Order: sequence, then structure tokens, then C-alpha cells
Amino acid sequence: MADTKELINALSKKHGIERKSLLPILQGIVEKENYLSKDSMLEVAKVLDISAAEVYGTASFFSFLDTKERGQYVVRVCKSMTCDMKGKEEILSTIESVLKIKIGETSQDKKFSLLETNCLGLCEEGPAMIINDDYFVKLTPEKIREIFGRYLRNEI
Amino acid sequence: MTQKPKKVDIIFSPYSVAPYQILKDTMKRSKEEVIAELVSSGLRGRGGAGFPTGMKWKFATEQKGSVKYVICNADEGEPGTFKDRKLLMSVPRKVISGMAICAWVTGSTEGFIYLRREYKYLVNDLQKEIDIFKQHSKEVGLNFNLQIFLGAGAYVCGEETALIESMEGKRGEPRNKPPYPIQDGFLGKPTVVNNVETFASASMVCRIGATEYKKFGTADQRGSKLFSISGDSPKEGVFELELGMSVEAFANEFGDGDTKAVQVGGVAGFCVPRKDFAKAIIGDGNTTGGSTMIFNSSRSMYRVLHNYLDFYAEESCGQCTPCRIGCQQLLKGIEAVKKGEKPAEYLDQLLKLSESMRLTSKCGLGQSVTNSFSSIVTNFREEMIF
Repeated sequence: MADTKELINALSKKHGIERKSLLPILQGIVEKENYLSKDSMLEVAKVLDISAAEVYGTASFFSFLDTKERGQYVVRVCKSMTCDMKGKEEILSTIESVLKIKIGETSQDKKFSLLETNCLGLCEEGPAMIINDDYFVKLTPEKIREIFGRYLRNEI
Repeated sequence: MTQKPKKVDIIFSPYSVAPYQILKDTMKRSKEEVIAELVSSGLRGRGGAGFPTGMKWKFATEQKGSVKYVICNADEGEPGTFKDRKLLMSVPRKVISGMAICAWVTGSTEGFIYLRREYKYLVNDLQKEIDIFKQHSKEVGLNFNLQIFLGAGAYVCGEETALIESMEGKRGEPRNKPPYPIQDGFLGKPTVVNNVETFASASMVCRIGATEYKKFGTADQRGSKLFSISGDSPKEGVFELELGMSVEAFANEFGDGDTKAVQVGGVAGFCVPRKDFAKAIIGDGNTTGGSTMIFNSSRSMYRVLHNYLDFYAEESCGQCTPCRIGCQQLLKGIEAVKKGEKPAEYLDQLLKLSESMRLTSKCGLGQSVTNSFSSIVTNFREEMIF
């Protein structure tokens, strides 16, 4: 918690403590801690002098501001129409078997979380996914095994 | 034989002059002249709503106050759209030029590129471009502080007032309009919000002139437009095409020879079935965002509609009841009909519900659900039932 406090302090110095600083601050926390814990949201509320409900209300609106604990690598597989047509289901089931987690779950070692997401804007090269900030396109089951093999062997 | 879609090469053409020469040349003219040029070009917003760009800038100029904002809407979330990503990757200077010209014309000193979170990998390159721009803006004496604002993942934030709400640190819920952002936008100040492609097109109008620009397109839709093409097509990608082509011409050029339907304008747009290809014109009254998804005869239109409704139910901001409840009920409704739990006639009730949503929803999201819903349910009714 001491670390979280320090992080929020640093972020509020960088972005300011006005209401408009809320999104950048929350994004900064997610970047470091993978999600927004209850404690971190309470601390942000204190620093910005707004109610915790306002912080949670805003955070829970956005799909990239997770309020549920996530792993170090958050995998988001595009589920929009074009990627669906190009075999998203097979990609998802391959990831599920490689990582041994289901959609919405986080691995026990807190390394991976698997989520579905709406259009990633990579339709012409679908099926597509992003892992944290990096994107991967033209996915095939073989490619999935190769990509996650690298992550699992810490070659990233 | 229908005419082939006419390919145009304005927006993606390589930079032909020194960086920011367009900006420098434009700033030698009078502001009135530049606005008149834009109005005369007939350029309309390229994000989807299609508001005349010249008029928007003119209204912003007329607003009093020393603080005004220019925001580039790069929250490209419409399923099947990816042209703004390509633009920002390949010709960012045209986009930034458009923003700078807008700032100069309207008297704004602060600008933001609102980049969707899904495109975070673009931030580094874009920041480098902004740094290059800063050197040039100094040279021409333009005081315009441009920054990137990263979104946090919400389709509805593509709606300009929702976008502004999120920039202010709030839930991305659309505001009532009026007042429009042009009067009361970011932090209560006059704000011009334009799509990425709109800014790039505006800078192209300034470069080639309205007369030349107007030679492309139809009377209603001037100029060229970027189309994001995906689905059952051997030529997926972004294409710059002249407006006013028929869906038939489009399907002949980009389909795989077995095209059953074309979704024009993304999930918020219309699904055009094969029988209507000849009479339906792309860009004529329908949404201008440029997302076009092509489906061949192997595709289940029930699965397509289910995918759309699942998207809407998730992305509805929940603020107004018609949209929040309506999206969920439409999804449940088609599932019930498919399973045989409801009779086929139930589809007619769902159509009425989607019409009510069009009439009573607060923003474009809920209002446009009926576009794809009614066009799919009406044209592919049997696929919804059996």
C-alpha cells in the first residue's frame, strides 16, 4: 500500500489534482499494478478530493480501467464481426488450452488474464488480439502457441 | 455493367512539399478566405455524423472568449473501421496540419488528439510527429499546444460530448445537445471536435483548393472518402474512393464474387442485401464513417445480428432507458425467437421496440441500433427464425 500511495502521489504531481487528471492517474495506476484495487481508488479519491463513488463510477465505465484483479499480461481477443468470421473461436479456445484459463479468468501465478474485447480496429488482418499494449494479427492456432510460448519462457 | 468505384489518391498521396508547407501557405491567406474555401468545398465530417466542416469552424470562429480547444477524435471504435489508424500511421502531418489550420482559424491555442486506448502502440510515433510540428509551428509563429489524450476503452466516447466528458475525468456519458461543443465544450469552453480524416481532408482542401476538391463525389457528398473494407473480400484494407458509388459497383470490385450482403457504415449503419445492391448508393444519406463489412453466402445473418447486439448491449452507456434496456431486450428477443421460445411474429414487436429506441434514445448510439437491426431482420427474416 505504501508503494501505491507513492505511485499516486507521483502521478498526481505529474498530471495535477483537478478532476480532468482522473483518467490519466487511473491509467498510470493500471500500467503499474495491472488493475485498480479498492485501496488505490480510495487513495485517488482522497488526493483529488472527490468521493470514492465518483472514482469507482468513472473507472468502472471504461473497459481498460479494470477494477478486478488482472495478471501481468492482459490478453484481449477481438470479438467483433470480422474477427469472428475469421476464426476468433478457434483462437480463443487455443489460448484457453495454452494458458489453462477461461475467458475472464486470471492464471494462478497472476501472469495472464484472458478477456474478449470489442473491435480493435485491426479488421483487415483479423483475427487479432492485444497483449497489454502490443498487437498481434492474422492469428492462427500455431501462431498463438508460438506467441505464448515466448511469453511463458519469459522471452518478451 | 456498373461503373467501377473510382479510386482517388489525395489523402494518402505522399507529402509533396516540405513539412507543414500547407500550414505556412494557408496562414498567408485571410481566415475568412480559408473558411469560405472549406464551406465551398462541401467537406463533411468523416466520423459518421457528416456535419459540414466549414460551418463548424465558422461557428467556432464566431464564439467569444480567449480559450478555445481543438480536438481530433481518434476514438475510432466503430466495428469494421480502421482508416484513422492508417492515417495516423502513414500521413500524420496531414492530420496535424488540419488541426493547426483549425486552431489558427478559430483562435485556439490548445489541442488534443483523443487516441483510443486500443491504439496505444501509436503513441510514441505520434508524439515524435507532434515534436516535429512544434518546431515548425514556432517558425510560423503559431501558438498551438498539441497533446495526446489517451482514451480508456469505450465505444460511446466516439460521440463528441461523451468524449469531452471522459476528458474531464467523468463517465463517458453523452450530454444533452444543445449546447453543442462549439458553444460549450471541454471545460465549458468552445471546442471543435473533428474526426482524424476530417482534419486530413481539410488540409487537403487548403492545398488543392475547393474547386479541385469538388470535382470528386456527388452533389451531396463532395470529395473522396476513406473506406475500411473487411470481411469476405480478397482486397481488405483502406481505400480512398470517390463518393456516390452503388453497393453493386462496390461489391463487384471488393467482394469475393459471392457477396450476400454489405454492411455500410459499421454496426451503426445499414445492412444492404444483394437484391438492393443496384439501387443503394454508398455515402448517399447513410452514415459516412466508411466502415464496410462484406458477407458472403456462407455467413449466418443471425450470427451477424447477434454479434452486433451483443456489442451494443455492452457499449450502451446505460444513461438513458430506451438504449440500456432496449439493446438487452433485442438481444434476448432474437435469441428467444431462434430457440422457438417466442413465435416469429415477436420479431415485429422487436422492430417496433427498435423504432422506439430511434425516437427516444439520447444519443446516436441508441438511435442507430434500428439501422442494422431492421435492415437485417426485414431482409433476412427466415434466417432469424430457422
